[in-house]
Amino acid sequence: MKLLRIEHLDIVRGNHLILQDIHLTLERSEIVTIVGPNGSGKTTLLKSIVGALRPARGSIEMPQGLTISYVPQRLHLDATLPLTVSRFMNLPRRHSSHQVEQALKRAGSEGLVRRQMSELSGGQLQRVLLARAVLESPDLLILDEPTQGLDQRGIADFYRQLDSVRHELGCGVLMVSHELHVVMRTSDRVICLNRTICCEGTPERVAASPAYLAMFGHDAEETLALYRHDHASCSAHVEPLS
Amino acid sequence: MILDDFLVRAALAGVGVAFSAAPLGCFVVWRRMAYFGDATAHAAILGVALSLLLSISMFAGVLAIAMAMATLVSLLSGRGYAMDTLLGVLAHSALAFGLVAVSFVSGVRIDLMAYLFGDILAVGTSDLALIWFGVVFVLGLMRWRWSNLLMVTLNTDLAYACGIDPKREQLVLNLALAVVVAVAIKVVGVLLIAALLIIPAAAARTFSRTPEVMALLAAVTGALAAIGGLRAAYWLDTPTGPTIVSLATILFALSGLVGHAGRRLSRSMPLSDRR
Repeated sequence: MKLLRIEHLDIVRGNHLILQDIHLTLERSEIVTIVGPNGSGKTTLLKSIVGALRPARGSIEMPQGLTISYVPQRLHLDATLPLTVSRFMNLPRRHSSHQVEQALKRAGSEGLVRRQMSELSGGQLQRVLLARAVLESPDLLILDEPTQGLDQRGIADFYRQLDSVRHELGCGVLMVSHELHVVMRTSDRVICLNRTICCEGTPERVAASPAYLAMFGHDAEETLALYRHDHASCSAHVEPLS
Repeated sequence: MILDDFLVRAALAGVGVAFSAAPLGCFVVWRRMAYFGDATAHAAILGVALSLLLSISMFAGVLAIAMAMATLVSLLSGRGYAMDTLLGVLAHSALAFGLVAVSFVSGVRIDLMAYLFGDILAVGTSDLALIWFGVVFVLGLMRWRWSNLLMVTLNTDLAYACGIDPKREQLVLNLALAVVVAVAIKVVGVLLIAALLIIPAAAARTFSRTPEVMALLAAVTGALAAIGGLRAAYWLDTPTGPTIVSLATILFALSGLVGHAGRRLSRSMPLSDRR
């Protein structure tokens, strides 16, 4: 079943065409990652899917009653608003305290329930945001740079959790990420965005495509090398291309 | 009957306004809408002129103008104007236009001071009924939309993802604000309504860990200021509205001092004793 079908999508802000003629579909249990340079419209695309931006042209279709969870790129917390982690987890719907604690534990943030949201570090906040997103048992999980502020261990834990969540909930995952090497390893499909979709497909196909190499240049070659290295079955040491 | 005593009526009016202003005042503080409250409250004087001109009920005239002003401000916001300046212009020009408009209403000698600073001691039984009708309406509305309003305040994109329309929730806040202005004009007057929204909420922040506690504490602070201010004004023979706001400010300062002392105390404690 398709969770999401986008056709001929144009998004205009002010006088600028931010996104042009976007086509995108997403299936259940599929992880699709959007990569692209700064200002390429990645966040705009996610915002238009959650309904925060109105398309100038085209359509965004989702099945009736679909639950979306969204982790925004930044959550600015005003210090005038008192908010414990536990209260945040229960917005807008209430969950049992057991469910809340389980979700936090899974995201590696147990013991934070009573803390104030504004006192959390960047990494802690990111984990709490993810815990809340999963708590809603979404059909579609939309993540905007979900691993920013996490350390290496945190990033590895995050992708492991993401993988188990999509199998348990059967939800589709659409995310934006800058960690090219991890993206290549964990995604089912990669979409290369720069106002329009430059190329898309399996990580192998995208990593080898000229559009991708032109966009990420040196980084991409290195990533490709790393990627091949990770997947090499032989024990021989492969030097990354420099 | 107990309502025959004007001091009892005044106290009930003050407490009612404090209750309705508390949850709304919290959103004014969280969403940084202080000037927004000011502009809407000041526009109420235009509503007074309108109701005198058309000889309709004061409540209806003020409610209509306050709603119009709140809608205008929220339409203009998010359109790329420098909101700070724009709200400053609107807040003060609304007051100026209102005062000019009132002076045009010929043949009526009105006590302008009563509208600018309120006349809580002149609250009649029908005023009281109207005030409490407004209080119940605002509290019911806020209770109904509470979670949605919190979501929108936290992050509009997160709200959209939950199927909440921020524009609709803004409308809810506008309506609540217009009703509070309409019921509060008799108690503290247009110049001090915004104070009654912001000061109790700000005083409550120090002791609150959740939004709900903050709204509750703001209501208690506002009610204390209303009753205490009424008493103090009686003893000191001072104007009642300003006395209520002054007392609220003293409570705010006290809460700030206690909060500051509390933080210093917990900082000087050894780490192992902290919770």
